[in-house]
Amino acid sequence: MLGSLRLYGRYISLSMQAQMQYKASFIMFSLANLLNAFLEFLATAALFARFGTLRGWMLTEVALFYGLVNLSFAIAEAAGRGFDVFHRRVRTGTFDRLLLRPRSTVLQVLGGDFQLLRVGRFTQGLLVLLWGGVASGVSWTPASVLLAVWATAGAVLVFCGLFVLQAVMSFWTVEPAELANTLTYGGVEATQFPLSIYRRWLRDLFVYVVPLGCANYFPVLSILGRDVGLGYPPWLAWMTPWAGVLFFALSLRVWELGVRHYNSTGS
Amino acid sequence: MPQILVDGLTKTFRVARRRAGFAAALRGVVSREYTEHKALDGVCFTIEPGELVGYIGPNGAGKSTTIKILSGIMVPDGGQCVVMDRVPWRERLQHVARIGVVFGQRCQLMWDLPAADSFDLLRDIYRIPAGVYRRNLDELVDRLALAGLLEIPVRQLSLGQRMRCEIAASLLHAPPLLFLDEPTIGLDAVSKLAVRDFVRQIHREHGVTVILTTHDMDDIEALCQRVILIGRGRILVDGTLADLRRQVTLERRLIIEGLPAASVELDLLGARLAPDNGHRTCIYFDPAQIAPTDLLARITERYQIRDFWVEDQPIEETIARLYAQCGL
Amino acid sequence: MRVYASLIRLRAMLLLQYRAAAFAGMVTQFSFGIVRVMLFEGFYASSTAPQPMPFPYVVSYIWLCQALIGLLPWGGDGEIQELVLSGNVAYELCRPVSLFGLWYSRCIALRTVPTAMRAVPLITVAVWLLPPLYRLALPGSPAAALAFVVSIGGAVLLSAAISNLYNVFLMWTVSGEGLVRLLPPFVTLFSGALIPVSFFPDWLQPLLRFLPFSGVIDLPLRFYIGDLPAAAWLGHLAYQLAWVAVLVVTGRWLVSRGMRRIVVQGG
Repeated sequence: MLGSLRLYGRYISLSMQAQMQYKASFIMFSLANLLNAFLEFLATAALFARFGTLRGWMLTEVALFYGLVNLSFAIAEAAGRGFDVFHRRVRTGTFDRLLLRPRSTVLQVLGGDFQLLRVGRFTQGLLVLLWGGVASGVSWTPASVLLAVWATAGAVLVFCGLFVLQAVMSFWTVEPAELANTLTYGGVEATQFPLSIYRRWLRDLFVYVVPLGCANYFPVLSILGRDVGLGYPPWLAWMTPWAGVLFFALSLRVWELGVRHYNSTGS
Repeated sequence: MPQILVDGLTKTFRVARRRAGFAAALRGVVSREYTEHKALDGVCFTIEPGELVGYIGPNGAGKSTTIKILSGIMVPDGGQCVVMDRVPWRERLQHVARIGVVFGQRCQLMWDLPAADSFDLLRDIYRIPAGVYRRNLDELVDRLALAGLLEIPVRQLSLGQRMRCEIAASLLHAPPLLFLDEPTIGLDAVSKLAVRDFVRQIHREHGVTVILTTHDMDDIEALCQRVILIGRGRILVDGTLADLRRQVTLERRLIIEGLPAASVELDLLGARLAPDNGHRTCIYFDPAQIAPTDLLARITERYQIRDFWVEDQPIEETIARLYAQCGL
Repeated sequence: MRVYASLIRLRAMLLLQYRAAAFAGMVTQFSFGIVRVMLFEGFYASSTAPQPMPFPYVVSYIWLCQALIGLLPWGGDGEIQELVLSGNVAYELCRPVSLFGLWYSRCIALRTVPTAMRAVPLITVAVWLLPPLYRLALPGSPAAALAFVVSIGGAVLLSAAISNLYNVFLMWTVSGEGLVRLLPPFVTLFSGALIPVSFFPDWLQPLLRFLPFSGVIDLPLRFYIGDLPAAAWLGHLAYQLAWVAVLVVTGRWLVSRGMRRIVVQGG
């Protein structure tokens, strides 16, 4: 386990070295990333200026949901990019090389494509989160900070799980699976805002099927000191990021099946 | 105790039939038609430790399928396969730790960084102890003349240099079994010789078992004591290169320089004259019927010549005729 | 003129082949649409203050926006960028067509074909397969539909002109690349792709109405939903075409300077 972590660490440092070779490009890309995400938030702010509240939620409170999920997505995009672009590996046949090494394929896929330039969206998410954290008047305790970190981890795992599932599809079809894109980008769009504003079916989708809302909505509710309501029990806030862990573990199981299929059909 | 034991391997692929046109594509979404392609149809051979074997065959014969199964990344449909006391695909992690694979057409080194960084990564991946790694690396750098190349980003290396780094990368963990797939493809003459010399060296000095898959028959001729020919999923020939030659033809050639073929009017005792090639005369003969020395004597009795030599049928021709003979 | 028409047609035929790529992304656009519609529903439920548009208008706007997202001038043409980077663009000077015109024709095809391929199915679903509250309404009157179509024409020319400018910028490698990366987020925001332009703060409206970007998405959509009277079609078309002229003139001037630079430098 420790050896695997160390290997992953080496992968990351090598990725950064390789990407830093194109410094100017990297900076521009990250800046564009940051700008894009930031302008989207400005659009949301403009709407709040017109409407005042969103079903009782203030912009400063929404900022917590918004920032947290963007932060998580940025981390997931950076760490899980290997699975995101996995269909390319299958197409060029470079997955074979990974199978020829005495290490877990998951570790190698994750390590091989760590992408630093997601730092743009990461920064935006962090800034929005910090702003919301201060402006919403939340009294931060060590417990709530820990919960925020835990919630981020849970969301990161859900996103990564989606990337893994998308990658598994490439063992069967040539085109990258559209559905995963819908769930990741669509998921960010949706869970940026408190789930309570949506209809029941959308809420349930992001709580029970793709537990993004789980990892984001309930913990932030708890941090804001709001009552969970909506028919969900109160202890949910701390348990929900576990749904992310479970989702990711399940996706890895599906990955094993996919690899086995690849082994018997040669792609 | 054979290092590799393969018995009755079978593997069939189902290939979905694709047809052009929008209507066919729509239909394809609902129902798929499949054709079956038998890649391996009862492949059998054994390889002892320390052998240098050439594995040849026309495209689609089943070469890469065999190699994939031997290296553990593909599961056969039937038959037995044991490599170094393991079933490759069942114990993938332990198995691949003891083999090296070089793909001539694909580069496993990281493109934007120096090869040294890729080597360090491999050291961690294969969990090679520091002392062993240093020793192996030094020897590889020495033998493959890599000094000074390791600090240059891989994308800036020439193909020959990259190939040598690639080979070094596959041997860092000192595997007892090495698979080489088209290792000299696209290389210039100097690099080809360097690669061949190196393979010969590690084979001789370290007893590494080498399985060479290639279309370059010069490589086979230069390196392999034993050649296995696979065609349409079956092993057709398994023996030395001389055995292979004998199967096609026993004919050898006497080349004479300084004597136009047109002017040769002599009973050649069954040998035949090749069509005119200017100043060079080429005589095909069967050494069982007439010894080369006798043939030469007959000619030099009558004519003045400048130079001569005896050669076998070019290996490419032999292989091509062998394929034809086997109906490939 | 005829040369450009056939250039456009050729490129269009090529683009038509990328059917799979066109359909991919449709599901994602659709999910974005649903989420945004529900988001606005939440906003409208939270405030009784008068808004720039009634909710049903916004619903139609959102669906059309998702359907016509291909109109947005995203970035430079990858193939052209390759040409410029490798210096091979110098060979283009041998053609009997102006370089700018050639590139412009390509952009026009690039803006129309993928958009049309994606828009038709999406609009069909949004019009017929959704509950009444979330449905994309049909245009209020034939006049509105006509004004919409004319405005789309102007939007295509405008969008192609903007993306062509990106192509031209690429002739100045580092600084050009920077511009091509950093401008699109602003263009997207100001075109009305995230929220209708009229929802931006009042003090920003004059600037946004002046800039060409709102002419790409916001303008045609407003004709469709009836936010702008159909009779005003000519004036707004003139505004679009005026900007097209400005961009084209600027573009041609930049191209000649850029080519001089490249020919001197050797790529």
